[in-house]
Amino acid sequence: MSRKLLLEKAHVEGIRYYDVYRREGGYRSVEKALKELGPEAIVEEVKKSGLRGRGGAGFPAGMKWSFIAKPEGVPRHLVCNADESEPGTFKDRYLMEFLPHLLIEGLIVSSFALGSNDTYIYIRGEYAWIVDILEQAITEAKDNGWLGKNILGTGFDCNIHVQRGAGAYICGEETALLESLEGKRGNPRLKPPFPAVKGVWDRPTVVNNVETLAAVVPIINMGGDEYAKIGVGRSTGTKLISACGNINKPGVYEIDMTISVEDFIYSDEYCGGIANGKKLKACIPGGSSVPILPANLLLKTAKGETRYMNYESLSDGGFASGSMMGSGGFIVLDEDQCVVKNTLTLARFYRHESCGQCSPCREGTGWMEKILHNIEYGKGKLSDIDLLWDIQSKIEGNTICPLGDAAAWPVAAAIRHFRDEFEWHVLNPEESQKRNYGLAHYADAIHVPVTV
Amino acid sequence: MRTLREKNKTVAEETLFKVTIDNITIEVPAGTTILNAARKIGGEVAPPAMCYYSKLQGSGGKCRTCLVEVSKGSEKDPRPMPKLVASCRTTVMDGMEVKNITSPKVLDARAGVVEMLLINHPLDCPICDQAGECHLQDLSYEHGKNGTRYEFQRRTFPKVDLGDKIQLHMTRCILCYRCVFTADQLTEKREHGILDRGDHAQIATFIQKNLQNDFIGNVIDVCPVGALTDKTFRFKNRVWFTKPVDAHRNCNNPKCCGEVQLWMRGDEVFRVTARKDEWGEIKEASNGKTGWICNECRFDKKKTTDWIIEGPSHINRHSVISQGHYVGVHKPKETFTAVMHGRDPKLLMNIHSVSEVNKPNIDLSLLERPAHSTDFK
Repeated sequence: MSRKLLLEKAHVEGIRYYDVYRREGGYRSVEKALKELGPEAIVEEVKKSGLRGRGGAGFPAGMKWSFIAKPEGVPRHLVCNADESEPGTFKDRYLMEFLPHLLIEGLIVSSFALGSNDTYIYIRGEYAWIVDILEQAITEAKDNGWLGKNILGTGFDCNIHVQRGAGAYICGEETALLESLEGKRGNPRLKPPFPAVKGVWDRPTVVNNVETLAAVVPIINMGGDEYAKIGVGRSTGTKLISACGNINKPGVYEIDMTISVEDFIYSDEYCGGIANGKKLKACIPGGSSVPILPANLLLKTAKGETRYMNYESLSDGGFASGSMMGSGGFIVLDEDQCVVKNTLTLARFYRHESCGQCSPCREGTGWMEKILHNIEYGKGKLSDIDLLWDIQSKIEGNTICPLGDAAAWPVAAAIRHFRDEFEWHVLNPEESQKRNYGLAHYADAIHVPVTV
Repeated sequence: MRTLREKNKTVAEETLFKVTIDNITIEVPAGTTILNAARKIGGEVAPPAMCYYSKLQGSGGKCRTCLVEVSKGSEKDPRPMPKLVASCRTTVMDGMEVKNITSPKVLDARAGVVEMLLINHPLDCPICDQAGECHLQDLSYEHGKNGTRYEFQRRTFPKVDLGDKIQLHMTRCILCYRCVFTADQLTEKREHGILDRGDHAQIATFIQKNLQNDFIGNVIDVCPVGALTDKTFRFKNRVWFTKPVDAHRNCNNPKCCGEVQLWMRGDEVFRVTARKDEWGEIKEASNGKTGWICNECRFDKKKTTDWIIEGPSHINRHSVISQGHYVGVHKPKETFTAVMHGRDPKLLMNIHSVSEVNKPNIDLSLLERPAHSTDFK
């Protein structure tokens, strides 16, 4: 049983409401932060904790906070990125729906550390009912003196505003989110200037994921050093994983990043194995935009070592034989799944969600979808596979924001690891319409060359 | 206080950064973008730009044709930049080294961008009014590859009527956003924007309203392709048959500079546009303002008597428009002195009228076919 920091109290009856949350020890971190620690000390604790951004990129949160510019007389803002739209990721939804006060508590502490008097939660439009939950929690917090003017007599004022998005994946990119928050079309901005210098309304801004901000609460409560002891290496603390796909127990799990991928999939505490007694074929371990891995490379690295559920181990081997922790959207595919179809689905998603600013992403995502559609429906050519590879390489790295990369990586990884399945689709156009390629050799042990 | 600030400003302006682009070193003021530094060097070193427009705030960064490789960040931090950067929006640092045409990576990426820009472009140049002055034509000619690998139907859009002056062809649009910035920054009422996203995004007006503003005609000039064209010129002539002439008039509109280019054929004015510089952008007017022109000058003044003509415009000789050779007459050189080794002829006589060699009385207008050498014998 691993240690739980965020979801420890998730199953307490009525934890969604203030009275229960407070009775269970909620808002202690605000008291400690505002009365005992100052803003600098909080940033220092977060730095010491080694907390890495939970939204996908894994950038150290404390470092991000220390970058914020502090020009005289200019207000600063903290923006909580709750635009959780990555296919396969639903951890923030769980947090906000069942533990809204945990997020509010983290937001108050973080706002105090950054000097943000007006803090925003930008939430995806589809989470309409969660807006009500959050707003109720904010009202309760305000009624009990945790928000508003002169919090706990420290002279610190803070208000939290909830802003709903309008259903665009791209608004989860931090600069597009800021544009959208300003009421404009959600197009990503060019960086530099970075949000820490010129963010929302050209004011210094920090944008953090829901889980990152919630993790500030246990960090303040237990201290940064203590938090850093959980986990392994530079993957400190706990991480929420939203597991889905062909597993027995899909859901949101809190892990301390020391367990192996194999344990995570097969142990009864977590996913409980592959559903219906099938075999594992492939897995996208960190949300739709990270590279897909075949079963053999997922459980063991190319060097033959056990792969663990943490930032370093999941990306071991780079893109050639590894993947990424990403946002923690763990999508499992069993032997009956078709990787070509899965890639087509993702390509269709990215085509639909590209903002249309940069030409490679705007045009390339549509092109990839059309080619994948042909291959999937038995109209592909062998040269299409090379063409797909070329198109993705022309998109990757050549766009303003990471959506271009996010659209290119799944296609690249699918071709890299599952090329024979693509070729089978092309060479057997009729058969591929009737049955799937199946498991093939994707779970076979990888030969690790040994140097004597 | 004020003088101090001014002094500081001049000091700041004097800070020069040394930047090396394609092995050519140049000093530019701090805050200059890589693209503008490269334009100072000129020639092939300047990356192509389809969306950046120096006269429009916030433009650039979108088309990705101007991508360059920064092989050395600066003197202080010599690390190269990990990705190719958009040169139009990246400012130079002291000691920066940039590779444009000397980087195979850049050329490859640029060819990729050109291909992407063309896959959904209708390639209807033969019936497009922009042909001959189209930046996408130039771009694909200079940086693209032969043929296409795209085998699907190109996207189309429902037609949007922008009124009787401006024609919108959304299929040709490359979504550079220049017209959106123009409408935003030049006119007080914004009726122009982008609808939808991704490859189905389109330029449109709010509920298909006509664009009524005095200066909205400038969107035609900033459009790099044939997506926005002049309805009063539509299908009337090919640009390379017309002759561009610089002209001006005293325009009553205080914001209009009144300095234009007339596109004429004979005495007929076919089209009026703003004047363009060598990068295809609107030129500065003689009073130092940006040379935007008003709709009245552009659409309504189509007589030579409306204008004071200054003379033929300078057109780059690589442009198809210069094929008319209208700029001046090349007088043949006097060859006598050269033939006579520096001496002047003592006596010159015109023997044409008395000579019977060339049939001086032949009337060419009576011939029903092209004249042949035998006609003069």
